[in-house]
Amino acid sequence: MALDTRTERRPSFAGLLWHSTVGKKTAMAVSGVVMLLYLVAHMMGNLKIFFGPDELNGYGHWLRTVGEPFLHHEWFLWIARVVLLAAVLTHAVAAFQLSRRDIKARPSKYVHKKARTSYATRTMRWGGVILALFIVWHILDLTTLTVNPRAEAGHPYQNLIASFDRWPVTTLYIVAMLALGLHVRHGFWSAAQTLGVGSAARDRVLKTVANLLALVLTAGFVAVPVAVVTGAVS
Amino acid sequence: MKLTLRVWRQRDADADGGMTTYDVDGISPDMSFLEMLDTLNEELILKGDDPVAFDHDCREGICGACSLVINGEAHGPERTTTCQLHMRSFRDGDTIDVEPWRAAAFPVVRDLVVDRSAFDRIIQSGGYITAPTGAAPEAHATPVPKPDADTAFEHAECIGCGACVAACPNGSAMLFTSAKVNHLNVLPQGAPEREARVLDMVGRMDDEGFGGCTLAGECATACPKGIPLFSITRMNREYVRAARKSRR
Repeated sequence: MALDTRTERRPSFAGLLWHSTVGKKTAMAVSGVVMLLYLVAHMMGNLKIFFGPDELNGYGHWLRTVGEPFLHHEWFLWIARVVLLAAVLTHAVAAFQLSRRDIKARPSKYVHKKARTSYATRTMRWGGVILALFIVWHILDLTTLTVNPRAEAGHPYQNLIASFDRWPVTTLYIVAMLALGLHVRHGFWSAAQTLGVGSAARDRVLKTVANLLALVLTAGFVAVPVAVVTGAVS
Repeated sequence: MKLTLRVWRQRDADADGGMTTYDVDGISPDMSFLEMLDTLNEELILKGDDPVAFDHDCREGICGACSLVINGEAHGPERTTTCQLHMRSFRDGDTIDVEPWRAAAFPVVRDLVVDRSAFDRIIQSGGYITAPTGAAPEAHATPVPKPDADTAFEHAECIGCGACVAACPNGSAMLFTSAKVNHLNVLPQGAPEREARVLDMVGRMDDEGFGGCTLAGECATACPKGIPLFSITRMNREYVRAARKSRR
């Protein structure tokens, strides 16, 4: 008669993760790493601008043919876009829900304030919002070409130069990339802790990789508008 | 020493509180912070005022009863408990702000006393092992590798004072919960409930209204027992592992 011995069943793996603070951070960490990998590839692709219009435009064209003939024209690009959109949404929704919870958990502030956390840590939330707004503008400018002054599909090199010839745009872009660097600096190290990879022995390596990633990504992305403004690329 | 204290006074949980200024004189640098407050309270009682309510018990730094955020830092400027903080850490003429732990899950009961029973409920949800009672078992019956014993002991040092929650910008209890989870999960005695422990304790922690971890690191800086920030990393690993296995 051992029918009733089984204790209550727990929710599914995904359910357990999404409904706990620890699990939700795991979702943020995984989606963050996906976006980070994309950023590295994106930054490397951007650097082709230094090898002339043919190289960058050719690279843009090649991206649409990846996976052919197995994948149809542009399918690879659309798969990447869907994955990235899912990552951005997961990251943003989890961040929003966790932030709301965090603010509620600490309703009254101390009279005597003492902020000791690093600048990168303190700016994760608003930095994330700035990045999200930047991404929307960035897609309208250089993907859909809605707000691009030249807007000639298939000619990313010329569109990019036209966009960066406007100094407010260049400034905005550089500010966003600095925000990105700060976000990646705390984000990469945090993701390592959330996914359980960190330890006292590995901490120096992880912090160094986080700083290097932040520095290389920011420098790599900022190099393009700086080159356009200074006339090194035209 | 002569000091100016600005102390949080609040009649009860529902009343509005505020900072009240007191001047205290004749403080010896060898007094503990609590003895300094005792001096203030004696004066207040003589004057017919209400003494400042604060939590304390062993005054040896091992029970976790004392709290107080001093000048914006949980347990004050030294890495120790408030009872083991001495007035030599301050200078004559200083103004010192004394506030209670601040977190939604730690409501103020009166003045500097907060209700930390949320911690008890987290412990009740899994901070134990299932062991037969009776005579102590033979010590060598269950071998524990030295590194595991060290890790368990490092986490067992947590006295549950709540400084981690008070220091955390999100009012998160991750450092406390991770210390308790890791202490037992690393030992063979804690193995039978390894998965249930971390899932239940984190679940309870969330239900109590504590915030999440943003790895600001304030908790580990404030911890009087030096529980490392990587304690949280280890619990995160345990949690995902348990979530994966719990469906079996």
